[in-house]
Amino acid sequence: MEIKLVFLWTDMLIYLLLLSAIGFAVYSIRFEHLRSPWRQVAHNRLAMVAGFVLFCYIIIGLCDSIHFQERAADEKGQIVKDSQGGIIYKPDVLSVLDILVTSIRENTEDSYSAPLATHSYSMKNITLPDGKQIRTYAKLKYEGKHLFGTDKVGMDVFYRALKGIRTGIVIGTLTTLIMLPFAIMTGIMAGYFKGWVDDLIQYIYTTLSSIPGVLLIASAILMLQVYMDTHADRFENIIIRADTRLFFLCVILGVSSWTGLCRILRGETLKLMEMEYVQASMALGVGHFKILLKHIIPNIMHIVLISVVLDFSGLVLAEAVLSYVGVGVDPTMESWGNMINAARLELAREPIVWWNLAAAFILMFGLVLSANLFADAVRDAFDPRLRTK
Amino acid sequence: MKMNNDPLLSVKDLRTCFRTTNGLARAVDGISFDIPAGKTLALVGESGCGKSVTALSIMRLIQEPAGYIAGDRIIFQGQDLLKLSKRKMREIRGNRISMIFQEPMTSLNPVMTIGEQIMEVIQLHRGLSKKEALGLAVEMLNQVKIPDPAIRISEYPHQLSGGMKQRVMIAIALSCEPDLLIADEPTTSLDVTVQAQILMLMKELQQKEGTAILLITHDIAVVYEVADYITVMYAGRAIEQAKRSRFFRHACHPYTTRLFESLPSMDKRNEQLSTIPGRVPDPTRYPEGCRFADRCHLAFDRCNKEDPKMRFIEKGHSIACHLENAPAISTATATITRKTEGRATYTSSPLVSVKDLKIYYPIRKGLLKSIVGHVKAVDGIDISIGQGETLALVGESGCGKTTMGRGILRLIDITCGTIHFNNIDIMHISGSKLRRLRKDMQIMFQDPYGSLNPRMMVNQIISEGLISQGIGGNKKERDNIVKELMDQVGLDPGMIHRYPHEFSGGQRQRIGIARFLAVKPKFVVCDEVTSALDVSVQAQILNLLKTLQQREDLSYLFITHNLSVVTYIADLVAVMYLGKIVERGTIREVFDTPGHPYTQALLAASPCIGEDGRKKIFLEGEVPSPVNPPEGCHFHPRCPKVMPGCRKVYPGQYSLSETHSTRCWLYE
Ligand code: SF4
Ligand code: SF4
Repeated sequence: MEIKLVFLWTDMLIYLLLLSAIGFAVYSIRFEHLRSPWRQVAHNRLAMVAGFVLFCYIIIGLCDSIHFQERAADEKGQIVKDSQGGIIYKPDVLSVLDILVTSIRENTEDSYSAPLATHSYSMKNITLPDGKQIRTYAKLKYEGKHLFGTDKVGMDVFYRALKGIRTGIVIGTLTTLIMLPFAIMTGIMAGYFKGWVDDLIQYIYTTLSSIPGVLLIASAILMLQVYMDTHADRFENIIIRADTRLFFLCVILGVSSWTGLCRILRGETLKLMEMEYVQASMALGVGHFKILLKHIIPNIMHIVLISVVLDFSGLVLAEAVLSYVGVGVDPTMESWGNMINAARLELAREPIVWWNLAAAFILMFGLVLSANLFADAVRDAFDPRLRTK
Repeated sequence: MKMNNDPLLSVKDLRTCFRTTNGLARAVDGISFDIPAGKTLALVGESGCGKSVTALSIMRLIQEPAGYIAGDRIIFQGQDLLKLSKRKMREIRGNRISMIFQEPMTSLNPVMTIGEQIMEVIQLHRGLSKKEALGLAVEMLNQVKIPDPAIRISEYPHQLSGGMKQRVMIAIALSCEPDLLIADEPTTSLDVTVQAQILMLMKELQQKEGTAILLITHDIAVVYEVADYITVMYAGRAIEQAKRSRFFRHACHPYTTRLFESLPSMDKRNEQLSTIPGRVPDPTRYPEGCRFADRCHLAFDRCNKEDPKMRFIEKGHSIACHLENAPAISTATATITRKTEGRATYTSSPLVSVKDLKIYYPIRKGLLKSIVGHVKAVDGIDISIGQGETLALVGESGCGKTTMGRGILRLIDITCGTIHFNNIDIMHISGSKLRRLRKDMQIMFQDPYGSLNPRMMVNQIISEGLISQGIGGNKKERDNIVKELMDQVGLDPGMIHRYPHEFSGGQRQRIGIARFLAVKPKFVVCDEVTSALDVSVQAQILNLLKTLQQREDLSYLFITHNLSVVTYIADLVAVMYLGKIVERGTIREVFDTPGHPYTQALLAASPCIGEDGRKKIFLEGEVPSPVNPPEGCHFHPRCPKVMPGCRKVYPGQYSLSETHSTRCWLYE
């Protein structure tokens, strides 16, 4: 089967993130002092369990980040070509994850069905072979195969929740990735150089943080939406559209969330500047850049790590809120926010449909909790003051 | 035996243990002592020997369940404190036995007025009405000599100075007229003049009320001033006990004598100080024989096998040592003839010369942060230091000596003045030129914890200067230089891949020394480098600094408040008070014939062994804030010799000899 790889913006950033993580791992293996904290993490059972859960999420997220299109084929499996003999691809973009879970993806029902149910959730008119019509709970096509039931259009909820993992991870990591360099740079510059640099940076972040975040996000997303609507031709298909929106959501979330970290880092840098080892290296004639790199940055890294993790959880949750309000990810995109948003109506109907919400909640909870636990252990291991010999 | 012969407190074989991840730590491991009513017993020892744990055990304030008292008994006024119920013990605590701590900043509640805090204790233990308690509180403040007690009583702790807070602590501790006062390093965080006031106050109150005092300290000189009985602790045990009169003449446990010998003083200027190698053993793993054996210079076979028991060598004097005739201390009696005087005159052109240095900090107030005044931290100072010379800058906290040290190296912004280093005007160079010159001027800090980056390994710390100054080619060569330096400062070169937290305080200071040595400086500012260290470690560091000075012909600016260190290491001394130098001269001149009343008071206030008949000058009050120093001579509100003219104009400089000068109207 011939395929064409599709590289989405967020995919590329995820690859970049993955590469730098691998690079860091290779780098740390060479140095004992970087290796030993990880060994300590490995001795922490709770952290290892959390790490394993996190690892599963990440693998799923990564599988879902390799996208491709299949060649279009007609009913008989013959590859179709366009009039000039060019290659035509199917319009829908699939990911490796989609292939792995094909069975779940394609086992669709007609409408709602409860988790692991054998019959549909609401009564349906069924025409019996003898032509009589009765109203009953119809047997499902795939009895007991839907772990979290199916949704309104009969899609497997578990599949949708799995697809939500990537969205969650992308929002949680890329947002921080985008804002981190900016927050770190401005924060330590303000604290280190003081004077007018400090005044300027403080002025910027005070101004920025006094604009309500939701307003900023909403206006940016609406502007993007208008742009995408007027230039619809630039976006080949829905997936690319949705991904562009996701990417810009990350950017705008990053812009509205760097101020908090920047402020903390500025304060910490001011404190570190008073430390005698910083003054000692100034006395040794060490340049500004080296001092920042060797004395300031390593000593604020634990704060960065903590806030990245807290932000990660916060952002995964924020995605849900924003999607709920309608300024989050694209409504066609699979995300926990959209699932929760849909659940709003489902909880209001009678009998209620709770599994959409439950599935989104359980997966989100698992991700946030394991990320928090794991990061706690990592932070403790990297803090030399807490380290026991 | 008659009742009234019994000591007030009698501790018998006290043992206190803590469960740690490394095993059971026997912090106090069988200590016995008695305190007679109305007397002072001093518990002396270096950090980590179990002094504070002993005090907390008597108060039964050991944090359970991690720690517990396994010991025998603590008899206080005839009852065994260890057998009392928790409720009974609470009645005794703060009432019959009370305690004051080292840090007055943290032992007062910042959100309660000092009056409320005193009254709380009084009401709790004495059942007085609010009004009576208030009256008593005022009286207590009066007793501890806090001026205007009726007004002060409604102030909050942050409005008081350190010395005042410690007085309030004493007032609280004494408000229920306890029979025993436990003072855990009560003056360690205070300036000498204030320390003298507090010690005096404690002594006076003791005479008046007949309170017994258990004084915990690491400072033998303080012990000399106030104690009646002395118990020296080492590794959780008492190793020597004696009366004061006997102790300071005949102390003979090898550890005690070594402690004495490691005290710096003028007499030892031309020798190396004795040091005690190694460290106090880990309380989870005490050696089998004498616990001091691996550090003892007199150890012999038996010491490693058999644990020495406390035995009397004379009435009222016992030691725990196998030696039959342990040699007694020599320092109190021996005077060493000084071979050479410290270099007194400046070499033709000084290495460092500072003229009229001023460092002001603006005080900003209001919405627009307009400048409303200046803190004159350093206010017009001239100094010069020759090659190979040591100038000591002494003064109490807040006098600007630390600011001065950093200012000379241009680590902080200077308001005005000139600094010449090796005839280069360093005020007017900047950028890479200044950076290159920095290699010749280094600094070393007080805090062995804050001065090393906790996230860098030792080799990174030491080689930082090598890299920035482009010394040593590649990493391998640099590592070799680092190893060599570590060897020079007495660290095991095998430890180059360790992090600072794996080292003891003294070792960290050695790393600090290696760091500046790496760039081969000519001039080093030493900012209170030994004040966080135990005496035996202090001696090691002082020895090292002295050896290096001789070998490398280094010049030091030695900033300290410890006068005995000054007499040992410095050639010249400058006394600072509120941003100005009030007296300067050679060590001999300033210490033997101090001119300025402040210097005289400072010398008199610093505790000193073996000077019984010394006239004491007690200074009133504390160093005023440099925000608005007193008019005229800054010292006049505290000066015992103040004259009317002193209040108007700051005195000029008057020479007493070629090298000795002072700024005081007395010498006009
Ligand atoms: S018993 Fe031995 S090792 Fe211990 S102090 Fe005496 S001489 Fe030194
Ligand atoms: S000038 Fe006057 S107030 Fe100042 S120290 Fe001399 S005598 Fe005392």
